[in-house]
Amino acid sequence: MIPLSYYLILSAILFACGVAGFLIKRNIITIFLSIELMLNGVNLSFVAFAAQLNKLEGHIFVFFVMVVAAAEAAVGLAIIIAVFRTRETLNVDRVNLLKL
Amino acid sequence: MSMHLWIIPLLPLTGAAINGLLGKRFPKALVNTIALGFTAASFAMALWVAAQFAGLSPDQIPHIERYATWLSAGAFSAEYGLYLDQLSVIMMLVVTGVGFLIHVYSVGYMEHEGGYYRYFAYLNIFMFFMLTLVLANNYLLMFVGWEGVGLASYLLVGFWFLKKTAADAGKKAFITNRVGDFGFLIALFLLIKHFGTLQYDSLWPLVSQYPVESGAAGLMTAIGLLLLVGATGKSAQIPLYVWLPDAMEGPTPVSALIHAATMVTAGVYMVARSHLVFNRAPDAQMAVAVIGTLTAIFAASIGIVQTDIKKVLAYSTISQLGYMFMACGVLDYVGGIFHLMTHAFFKALLFLAAGSVIHGLGGEQDMRHMGGLRKYLPYTFWSMTIATFAIAGLPPFAGFFSKDRILWSAWSSGYHIVWLLGVITAGMTSFYMFRLWFLTFFGEYRGPNPEAAGQGHDADAQDTHAAGGNHGHGSPHESPWVMVVPLLILALLSFVGGWIGVPHSLQGSDRFGTFLSPVFTEASATPGAATATPTEGKQESEETSTELAFTCISVGLAALGFILAWYLYYKRPELPERMAKAAGGFYTLVLNKYKIDELYGAVIIQPLILLSTNVFWKGIDRGLIDGAVDGSAVGAEETSDAMRQMQSGNIRSYAGWVAVGAAAVIAFMVWRGVR
Repeated sequence: MIPLSYYLILSAILFACGVAGFLIKRNIITIFLSIELMLNGVNLSFVAFAAQLNKLEGHIFVFFVMVVAAAEAAVGLAIIIAVFRTRETLNVDRVNLLKL
Repeated sequence: MSMHLWIIPLLPLTGAAINGLLGKRFPKALVNTIALGFTAASFAMALWVAAQFAGLSPDQIPHIERYATWLSAGAFSAEYGLYLDQLSVIMMLVVTGVGFLIHVYSVGYMEHEGGYYRYFAYLNIFMFFMLTLVLANNYLLMFVGWEGVGLASYLLVGFWFLKKTAADAGKKAFITNRVGDFGFLIALFLLIKHFGTLQYDSLWPLVSQYPVESGAAGLMTAIGLLLLVGATGKSAQIPLYVWLPDAMEGPTPVSALIHAATMVTAGVYMVARSHLVFNRAPDAQMAVAVIGTLTAIFAASIGIVQTDIKKVLAYSTISQLGYMFMACGVLDYVGGIFHLMTHAFFKALLFLAAGSVIHGLGGEQDMRHMGGLRKYLPYTFWSMTIATFAIAGLPPFAGFFSKDRILWSAWSSGYHIVWLLGVITAGMTSFYMFRLWFLTFFGEYRGPNPEAAGQGHDADAQDTHAAGGNHGHGSPHESPWVMVVPLLILALLSFVGGWIGVPHSLQGSDRFGTFLSPVFTEASATPGAATATPTEGKQESEETSTELAFTCISVGLAALGFILAWYLYYKRPELPERMAKAAGGFYTLVLNKYKIDELYGAVIIQPLILLSTNVFWKGIDRGLIDGAVDGSAVGAEETSDAMRQMQSGNIRSYAGWVAVGAAAVIAFMVWRGVR
């Protein structure tokens, strides 16, 4: 059996990749995908713990996270399209209207 | 039996309220009617009360009316209550009577001035506070009146507040009075601390239990000296007299009412009211006599060289107030109050007559530009003549009896130096008053020629009265009847006012003394007070003849002053200038009022201004307080500015902050150990 730590390390790597992508990339789609990557990194640790401890709660959490991620994808992509229509760019550095 | 004394002060207050709050839209006639009506009603009420008072039996005096408790704190309480005894009856009648006459006069004098309603509102509110002062039945209520008249004085001195000198004079009067009030307040605190009350009726029995502090100075001396400090402020005595000459910036009727007849005598009234304290403190009482005497002669010497007609009268007022203090200091309170009353008549008259002259000349106050006015202003001339003879102390005018009484008390109670200075002052008084009289009414008119009106006055000739001046002035003219009639009434009072106090030595019955002395009976019953009563051993007749001899001395000096003034300012008018040149520096020194203002300026005012500017304003206020307030504001601004940098609007930087925050939380958890 693969030890728990392998899963956790992979999960951490996935999450770190997500964070790095989120911080580094300027394209809003990439940033969006990075978020998905972070979510899935977390999902992986949930299921790993669930398998290790023989509990169902971890799996249930993963389903919730997937549902929320799907909903988020729908709303997020809609927003991205709306932003693109008004700003004609996907570069987040140029979407800074909230700033004074 | 209640006499409803409260109505007397309330009437002028009502007038002041109506005129002050609504008067701006009233026509002048209505303002007059209100101001004069309420004052006249107050005077009528005062007369009625005086008549009622005459019917009281001695054990009903003092008549006290209590209306309500004003404030009570612990064991101390002060009430709204009025106190009527012989002393306050006299003060009340003088204030309402002279006050009413001056109101009438003001109708004419202020006719062409702006702020007419304001003037009468102030004048009425002055009457209210002055009546509160003299009628109060405790020191605290007296203090309310005391401060109130100071306020009214400030408002009226600075009545032409657009003129800087007038506004400054108002401030000077107010601030100088603050110094005196400080002493008065400390005296009141001492009374509260040691007796727990300021009500006259409960205070006097407690004070009476104290022995005379003839050996060492004690509580009574301290209280007495502090009360004296208060009195020197209000009554313009050395060292706080400096505000009164400047107060002449106010309208002349105000000078007559507040700065001659009534308010400035409040100090004398207060000392007389506190006679039980002074009787027990020979040192304080000696201080009163010394200050009074010095002020009398000092102010008289300045008065001799002044050229502004109102300034002469102002110094003369200070000098006469000095006489009143002198009287109180030698324990002749009756004499002090007697002089207060006659002085109210003749000094109010002098000021009003001077005002009439100023009015007639369209604002001219410099006596060097007057002269020969006798034929232009006959009524003013005759009333001024009576007042001048009265203040000079020539019989049978009012001032003679009161001044002579004071001088005799000074001598007979052993203060021979006080007497000597007093007599010399009497001569000086006579000299400077007749100087004023001759300069103003005799000789040739030295004012600008009506035909050659272009010449104008000297630059320093004060055009106070014509400040709003819209009536053209040709040759000098007599004042309207509304101004002349008060002059004539006051002239009558200055003439006969002294007859109620004709001393026994002149076959008189001294009815004034008989009336007033019950208030001060304790005074003569305290022979321990160093020098109180005349020596018993002398024969009555011998004493009378001595008194007559002294009367002759003072009258002789007054006559000498008259002759000297006549010679110098009528017969040989070129002489005074030569004498002034001969006296040189000394003359200039006296002309500059001994440079006392400059001395105060250098010793007190400048250091205070420097201290206030550099330490209190720039150091504490601007540095410390503003620094703290501004500093916290600047600090908040800078912190926010730094924090603002975090909200760049750049999504990735937000994300970075989130990541950093998360990392920090994780690091913290790892460091502390996760539970």
